[in-house]
Amino acid sequence: MRQKLNIVQKTIMIFCIATASVVAMSFSPVGERRNIKLHIWNNVGGKEIIYDNATYKNSTGQDYTITNLKYYISNITLTDTSGKVFTNKDSYYLIRQDDPATMDIELADIPMGNYKSISFLIGVDSLHNCSGAQSGALDPVNAMFWTWNTGYIFFKLEGKSPVSTSPGGIFEYHIGGYKAPANCIRKVTLDLNGDTDQPNMVNVPTGKLPDGKQLKISSINLSADIAKIMDGKTVIDIAKLSSVTDFRNAPAIADNYQHMFSLSNLNYDY
Amino acid sequence: MTIKKVVTISTLLCFVFLLSNFTEDNPYFKIGERDVTFQLPKGFPVPNYTFKNNKPTPAGFTLGRMLFYDPILSKDSTTSCASCHQRIAAFAHIDHPLSHGINGLIGKRNVPALQNLAWGQSFMWDGGVNNLEVQPLSPMTNPIEMNSDLGEVLKKLKHSDYYRTAFKEAYGDTLISSERMLKAITQFTGMMVSSNSRYDKFMRHEDTLSQFEFNGLIVFREKCAKCHREPLFTDESFKSSGLMPDTLLNDPGRELITGRYKDENTYKVPSLRNVAMTYPYMHDGRFRSLEQVLDHYAAGKFYTLNISPELLEARNLSDVEKKEIIAFLKTLTDKEFLYDRRFADPTYR
Ligand code: HEC
Ligand code: HEC
Repeated sequence: MRQKLNIVQKTIMIFCIATASVVAMSFSPVGERRNIKLHIWNNVGGKEIIYDNATYKNSTGQDYTITNLKYYISNITLTDTSGKVFTNKDSYYLIRQDDPATMDIELADIPMGNYKSISFLIGVDSLHNCSGAQSGALDPVNAMFWTWNTGYIFFKLEGKSPVSTSPGGIFEYHIGGYKAPANCIRKVTLDLNGDTDQPNMVNVPTGKLPDGKQLKISSINLSADIAKIMDGKTVIDIAKLSSVTDFRNAPAIADNYQHMFSLSNLNYDY
Repeated sequence: MTIKKVVTISTLLCFVFLLSNFTEDNPYFKIGERDVTFQLPKGFPVPNYTFKNNKPTPAGFTLGRMLFYDPILSKDSTTSCASCHQRIAAFAHIDHPLSHGINGLIGKRNVPALQNLAWGQSFMWDGGVNNLEVQPLSPMTNPIEMNSDLGEVLKKLKHSDYYRTAFKEAYGDTLISSERMLKAITQFTGMMVSSNSRYDKFMRHEDTLSQFEFNGLIVFREKCAKCHREPLFTDESFKSSGLMPDTLLNDPGRELITGRYKDENTYKVPSLRNVAMTYPYMHDGRFRSLEQVLDHYAAGKFYTLNISPELLEARNLSDVEKKEIIAFLKTLTDKEFLYDRRFADPTYR
């Protein structure tokens, strides 16, 4: 009886060890794949965004406050030095100034590589503008959807300005559109070498510390300078253009927001 | 009471009972598996909406039908989809040139028929909506139609015992989301297929047309079918029918969506199925009868902005030809569709 039990116990033990090692093998290949946090800091020329109460000035000296800021980024990819591309699956994110949780994006399961740049779209790709009822970030309940001319509003900036001629002194820039000639999807590519102090790759053979350990990126911190929307290739005069709610004038603002992102810095794990 | 009387009365009662159970608007009519099977009618092209990510089920269709008939979707709970889309008019709105919404507000456009939507490549007179699933959002959030906030509608649905149960039956749990709501409505609207008019039966050699009607078909093919293409009676394109724009409505048509000058004053070519039932006509409902529409084409006094060569071919109709075409258009009335009890009002008691 005792012996029989032992056999059973042994079998169970062997089974457990086998399972555990299989599990361990599939989860733990240290240094094989990792998650990176993408953090976005919305600001106006380096100043924090505070709804209603902080006043900003554009390059032509017009004062404005911000009451609402939301935008989509999607299709995030990382490209390594050999040109290989890591694509973040299902990557549709609605960044909302009123919800700090939306400013941290988890890029999961990235294979180790020598990554030199990050790319993403501001907006939603055309396929997902035509895909009918969707959920999550793409749920029309987020009020980032045009119902009369189907498509997502990629970028919403609302505020007030004493120079605005709209009722209540408001201005509103609702930018969207996935079709020519008013396609407002913009691709952003940022060089991860921008951070010159430190080696910059997820897994850098040359990026060893003096003690021999490797540096690995744990987070990529981006700055989104909202001021650029008004002051880019086109300088927006709030007095003349306080409301953009369809394709008219939208591409010029999209050309401006394309350049609002920059790399602030990278954080590393040792 | 004589036996004879008892028998007569009870027979009569039985009859009334049977009738009440089998009238077309029977509220007890339950949707079954067969009712939600989408069948491709003979001779029809492959539909654009294939229900790929939205497989119709009896419970899903039933939920969609309830939502279509329920004013809960409007801000003040007075207006349902069916307030504007009347079943007896192939879901157009008889006798109202422009749509009526909440607070008695008048919309900018005539309510179109709802039929064969699964073949639609775009929706609305200006084609502004690109997918049938998101179409309901347009009337729901339009300030002169239902004027709702999507979040508010979902809140109302979540507070309703009926809908909590109905969503659970349709989707397996009580989550009430916009995606589920929209997909359920689409199971209902996407299933609206008109393919059993006398014209269809004639084409399938199941019925005949009179000589007069047949003559109408021949003239129609020559003058009209380039835009109103068989078998759907639309080619889904945007064209001008040569109407003088209404200066009060100030409707730019397709240009509103594309911003292109060449699209100004063009509208989606409407299907002419069930057209005898859907008066008044045109995007602004300016014509009360088919005779008036035909007079417009025949007179050929077109507003020329962005008109196409096909329109010029539609001119020069004799009085007989006009009558023949109208007789033919009446063969497009599909009683089986109009009286299909799957689409009847379930809230009717
Ligand atoms: C106030 C009246 C009104 C209500 C309520 C209404 N509709 Fe409509 N519907 C219209 C009008 C008017 C149009 C055409 C609009 C346009 O072209 O701009 C239309 C167009 C449509 C179309 C497009 C048809 C085509 O062939 O292009 C569909 C589908 C539709 N409605 C379904 C619905 C559904 C589903 C609801 C309920 C959620 C609804 N409607 C509620 C008036 C209404
Ligand atoms: C150039 C393309 C074209 C041709 C050819 C054409 N139509 Fe039309 N038809 C349209 C368009 C576009 C509309 C909608 C116009 C509007 O609302 O402004 C329309 C509307 C109609 C309507 C109103 C339908 C409704 O539901 O409101 C009828 C009826 C009609 N056409 C019949 C005909 C007949 C009959 C002919 C041939 C004599 C014809 N059409 C030829 C493009 C065309």
